Amino acid sequence: MRIGIDIGSTTIKSVVIDDDGNLIHKSYERHFTLITEKTQEVIKGLIDKFDIKEPVVCAISGSAGMGLAEKAGIPFVQEVYATKVAISKRLPDTDVVIELGGEDAKILFLNGNLEVRMNGTCAGGTGAFADQMASLMQISADEMNELAKSAQKIYPIASRCGVFAKTDIQPLLNQGARKEDISASIYTAIVNQTITGLAQGHPIEGKIVYLGGPLTFMSELRSAFDKALKCTGTCPEDSLLFVAMGAAYYASEAVDLNAALEVIVNSRDSIRISSLEPLFKDENEYNEFRERHAKDRVERVEGIPYEGEAFLGIDSGSTTLKVILTNDKGEILYSRYESNQGKPIDVVVESLKEMYAKYPKAHIASSAVTGYGEDMIKAALNIEYGVVETVAHFTAAKFFLPDVEFIIDIGGQDMKCFKIRNGAIDNIFLNEACSSGCGSFLQTFASSMGYGIEVFANLGLFGDNPVDLGSRCTVFMNSSVKQAQKEGVTVENISAGLSISVIKNALYKVIRVHSADELGKKIVVQGGTFLNNAVLRAFEKEMGVDVIRPDIAGMMGAYGAALYAKELYKKKGSGHAEGYEGVISSEELKTFSYDVKSVTCNGCNNHCQLTVNTFSGGRKFIGGNRCEKPVTKKAQDDSLNLYEYKLSLLKEYSDEDDMSNKSDRDKVIGIPLAMNMYEMLPFWYAFFKKLGYTVKISGFSNRAMYIKGQGTIPSDTVCFPAKMMHGHIQTLIEMGVDVIFYPGMTYHFDEHKGRKNYNCAVISGYPEVIAANTVNFNDIIYICDYVGPHVKNTFRVRIKEILEKRLGTEFSKSEIKKACDAAYAEYNSYVSKVRAKGNEIIERAKQEDKKIILLAGRPYHADPEVNHGIHKLIAGLGFAVICEDSVAYKVSKFDTNIIAQWTFHQRLFSAAKFVADNDDFYMVHLVSFGCGLDALTTDEVREILECRGKLYTQIKIDEVTNLGAVKIRLRSLMAAIESGKGEK
Amino acid sequence: MSNQNQSPHFVKKIMFTKKMKKDYTILSPMMCPIHFRLLRPVFQRVGYKVDIMENEGPDVIQKGLKYVHNDICYPCSLITGQMLATMESGKYDPDKVAMIITQSGGGCRDSNYINLMRKAFERAGYPNVPFISANTWNMEYAPGIFLSPLTLLSAAAALVYGDALNLVSNQVRPYEVNKGDTDKLLDEWIEKLGDGFSKGKGFSVSAMKKTVNEICRTFAEIEIKKVPKIKVAVVGELYLKYSVPGNNHLEEFLTEQDCEYFIPTVLGFGAYKTNGALEDLRTYGGSLWKRIIMEIVMKYYFFIEDLLISGIEKWPQFTAPERVNDLKKRAEGIIDTTNSMGEGWYLAAEMLELAEHGYENIICVQPFGCLPCHVAVKGMLNKVRRVNPRINSVDIEYDPGATKVNQENRIKLMLAVARENLNTDE
Repeated sequence: MRIGIDIGSTTIKSVVIDDDGNLIHKSYERHFTLITEKTQEVIKGLIDKFDIKEPVVCAISGSAGMGLAEKAGIPFVQEVYATKVAISKRLPDTDVVIELGGEDAKILFLNGNLEVRMNGTCAGGTGAFADQMASLMQISADEMNELAKSAQKIYPIASRCGVFAKTDIQPLLNQGARKEDISASIYTAIVNQTITGLAQGHPIEGKIVYLGGPLTFMSELRSAFDKALKCTGTCPEDSLLFVAMGAAYYASEAVDLNAALEVIVNSRDSIRISSLEPLFKDENEYNEFRERHAKDRVERVEGIPYEGEAFLGIDSGSTTLKVILTNDKGEILYSRYESNQGKPIDVVVESLKEMYAKYPKAHIASSAVTGYGEDMIKAALNIEYGVVETVAHFTAAKFFLPDVEFIIDIGGQDMKCFKIRNGAIDNIFLNEACSSGCGSFLQTFASSMGYGIEVFANLGLFGDNPVDLGSRCTVFMNSSVKQAQKEGVTVENISAGLSISVIKNALYKVIRVHSADELGKKIVVQGGTFLNNAVLRAFEKEMGVDVIRPDIAGMMGAYGAALYAKELYKKKGSGHAEGYEGVISSEELKTFSYDVKSVTCNGCNNHCQLTVNTFSGGRKFIGGNRCEKPVTKKAQDDSLNLYEYKLSLLKEYSDEDDMSNKSDRDKVIGIPLAMNMYEMLPFWYAFFKKLGYTVKISGFSNRAMYIKGQGTIPSDTVCFPAKMMHGHIQTLIEMGVDVIFYPGMTYHFDEHKGRKNYNCAVISGYPEVIAANTVNFNDIIYICDYVGPHVKNTFRVRIKEILEKRLGTEFSKSEIKKACDAAYAEYNSYVSKVRAKGNEIIERAKQEDKKIILLAGRPYHADPEVNHGIHKLIAGLGFAVICEDSVAYKVSKFDTNIIAQWTFHQRLFSAAKFVADNDDFYMVHLVSFGCGLDALTTDEVREILECRGKLYTQIKIDEVTNLGAVKIRLRSLMAAIESGKGEK
Repeated sequence: MSNQNQSPHFVKKIMFTKKMKKDYTILSPMMCPIHFRLLRPVFQRVGYKVDIMENEGPDVIQKGLKYVHNDICYPCSLITGQMLATMESGKYDPDKVAMIITQSGGGCRDSNYINLMRKAFERAGYPNVPFISANTWNMEYAPGIFLSPLTLLSAAAALVYGDALNLVSNQVRPYEVNKGDTDKLLDEWIEKLGDGFSKGKGFSVSAMKKTVNEICRTFAEIEIKKVPKIKVAVVGELYLKYSVPGNNHLEEFLTEQDCEYFIPTVLGFGAYKTNGALEDLRTYGGSLWKRIIMEIVMKYYFFIEDLLISGIEKWPQFTAPERVNDLKKRAEGIIDTTNSMGEGWYLAAEMLELAEHGYENIICVQPFGCLPCHVAVKGMLNKVRRVNPRINSVDIEYDPGATKVNQENRIKLMLAVARENLNTDE
């Protein structure tokens, strides 16, 4: 008899195998992180059931079992290895095993030499993630599986990290996308995550076996894998128990289980985890704290009959919906705070009905709505104003602290902080997709430990040694918490530690604050998360300041919206256009209904997934669009958008003829249009044209192209533009070109603005990554040698050598010289065209009195799939848009605090300086998620701008980008520009 | 249009002056303990007060996170944390310390560590602490720093000795019969060599040859019992390979797991980098005099590299590393030797080399989000494994938030496969 126990991140499993290899006992249960206790139970159960007195052959496996096994003296086997052992016993002809667990994901390649992959620092796309997504939609995991069966379309959902995906799904829910489609999209996201994150360029083929909870229970997840991998995998019997079985097979030593049990029962770890100061020294300090905060409240007159003008404010957030009705003094007549249940309109309708019933004599004179669902609610319910969230929050904060200097709002999903300067919103920090989940993270953890959020948070107030969990991505925190639990840290101290971590994340990761002085002394904190006293206290302690937390901290957006409506109403002299009443009337409300349809927009190559909401009364709302085209039915005017101009120029560099029509050279050259090719395409195109070749381009990126290449991406944390390159290479292969030309370039052209003219390490070496990870080049000649056109003479000699060697064709010196000349000339002509157009746009914008946004990034940020159409969005808001290379050349070299040794970054600095020195220009900085060099440039660009009093706006872009957050930034920037104008 | 030539955000750098040399303590972060312990007396002898920071812990990590951009690579944030924690420790007069940090000048972010640290110090309230850039490209001028050729030769000798000690001690320690013999001898050597350096001895070619041989001889004399053990090589980003707080005490962990481990030499990396500068000149062109100088430096590297390697090769019981020119051949067909950013072609070549010498189990350490590692490590692993399918590797990312448990679990997986291979080979 041999025993195997698998202690995973969420469950504990045990098996007993008899001497004939039969499975005579199996158990599977959740442990709710009570690892020591549950393990005791399981071992005790085994001892009783099999009447174990003598030592038995036994081993422990599983991510949570390591320390425990060591302590109890039971042999430990690494869990992936255990799976491998079990597979080779039971299903020896397997090629690939895909195993998803609660919080981990693994792939085993068994064909040939054993290769095992498991998720490392980034842990998205696992079972816990699927559960979370299901609860976000308020359905069970089983229901999600059922729904997915009747899906009609798949939405792109970021697959890298669970936290990202959440921010993609929420807006979809809010826009009314079908749950069926979202469910299927979630499974597809998990599949994509597994393929890019784990396979990392290793092809998944042959006989595939699915293991682990999620793949066992969710048939649709399996079929999503089947579809992506173009195969039919199997999910064997006892698929949940392979790790435990592996442990049993692996076990060779007999262990005295009774003695081991004894050890486990008596074990209480000495605490090795580092701990922090408690939140409160004693009861007195706590009481003082409570009294201080009890003062910041707004008068509530709920239930008292009211006659007169009332003002409605709605905050349609990503997960929750807040509604407030105030009287003309700003006192609260009615308030509601609840989960939007994916149907925010219904919740508002219900609230309005209640209001009309409670206050029949009140007249809702005006209304305003803010938040993610703003546009939809506004259209649906005839709301008077839409107000950007930052402005709404600022309006509310002013009510409590008229000279407020800093506002921080931590909600369930997002974090917003902004500085106030001269009575206007000055500097906005929103959490990048990565560190979101702040408040909901606490909640998730509370429930995973079996507590309600309030109880859990209150436990933390008196933790004597809060555990130090660091301040990084919540996924990392997850494993820190696991570690803490394993070491026996109490729930009180974990709770306190989590609250402190949330704050540290906000302060050091999002706001990037260095000392309390930077934020000012007059701080208002708000958002549902701050209702939690432990979080509030952690903030005050970390910053060393007393702050104001309004009693309606969770509803400040809605309250601000109501006040905003009130202010404007008063300003306008209490009147409306005829036939408009400030909000949907109680009559219309009675028969209110709406309908949601999902369609794909074919207006441009973004192919947005639109949700079309039609409301009774003929109003309509279209969501999911990135430009105004589907709404106005007109093409957007792009004449003041330099990005569009650039794209139109680049489009010309491709031979449209079919492959049969070959020119005087017999090979067709393919060039992938990604990364630095966005800058080099004119150069190489002209070069090869002059040599007489037909040149084909992979074209602008799109989602389908990305999916084509994702199986060959070796690094899941590299920037999205680099990942996109794999899709371009696959596209060229499909096009049937003879040669793919993607040379390595350590250097770009020297523009003499800094110490050197490097390309970043990824651009520089990526052609070799393609070479090493693309397995289907077949007969295609792939040229990835390093060349440096920045040194003309050396380049001429070298490119001749390379081409002759790779293509097997002789070239004369003069041929090459002519080609080089043509290449340099075309590059220069492209550059001057962009510059000239830039100047033209600036001129026209000035004539038309339009503000100019310098949308700065890298050349390849012009790619519509990479920038997600942000340039169009900005243009749609009424700005002229130019790019960094159209002004950088105007700025002469200047000193920077960091060494500017990368050409593209020098352009950024120069562009920032240009904006800093010139009125009417504003900078929006596009940053690729995971771009290491931008960790350097962001602070420098910010400093260059801020030292001259200019706003800095940064937008992080990734595989999928939540345009809702982008819009908030841009509209806040607009609001700040507007109010700045007012000052002058 | 813009006519001001400067931007007001620019902060003038504090230089390390001749005056400071007298009463300032120069603080350096610890990288490779053996080498640094040997280097210290070299610089002390010529009048620099040098101390090495070895502090670690949550306070260090927090300080790093607080004062440098969180997306910067781990070595930068960790070292900044060490520096700031040292400033606050009260051990030194904050007005009398200078910091020293390397600056490669390559296309990697490390060229800017020094400037990020300056920014961090300014924010943390130490704007007057001078920073010294340790680089080979004359990137920053420090009037207070002058190193005579003799000092440089001694430093080179310290590296040779450090590498020799590191190589042989790691190959003896796992098999020693009397626990502690190896480390005792190691300490004796460090003390003895350090003494020599403080007296200005030990840098001549003959002394180096003799000492390398003596090191091998003395370690070979330690009583050992050869039993089959899992042989692990640690490759990857330079700092993390060696730094104890950087790699979460990796060597300790591997010792606990009863492995023999091999950590490549510092000299080898230097030779690779110097070669890289030459390759760059060959591929992209550049001034002739620069090329001539680099050729001379390269010759010198070849010379001391050979001194070290042939010294060890005389002792068949020790595995010596390969020469950079041989490694270059291994890179052929895998990655172009022009690629010298970060670990460049070196890592792939090194993995193949080590695997052939019996170190098939390889841990690739890298900072989370390291740019060159996307290419040199993650980008090449699939291909390297195709060339030598016996390689059993795991890449471990380090980061302020990465937990030791997770890292160790991944290494344990690699070790489980290694153990299986070891058993089937027997």
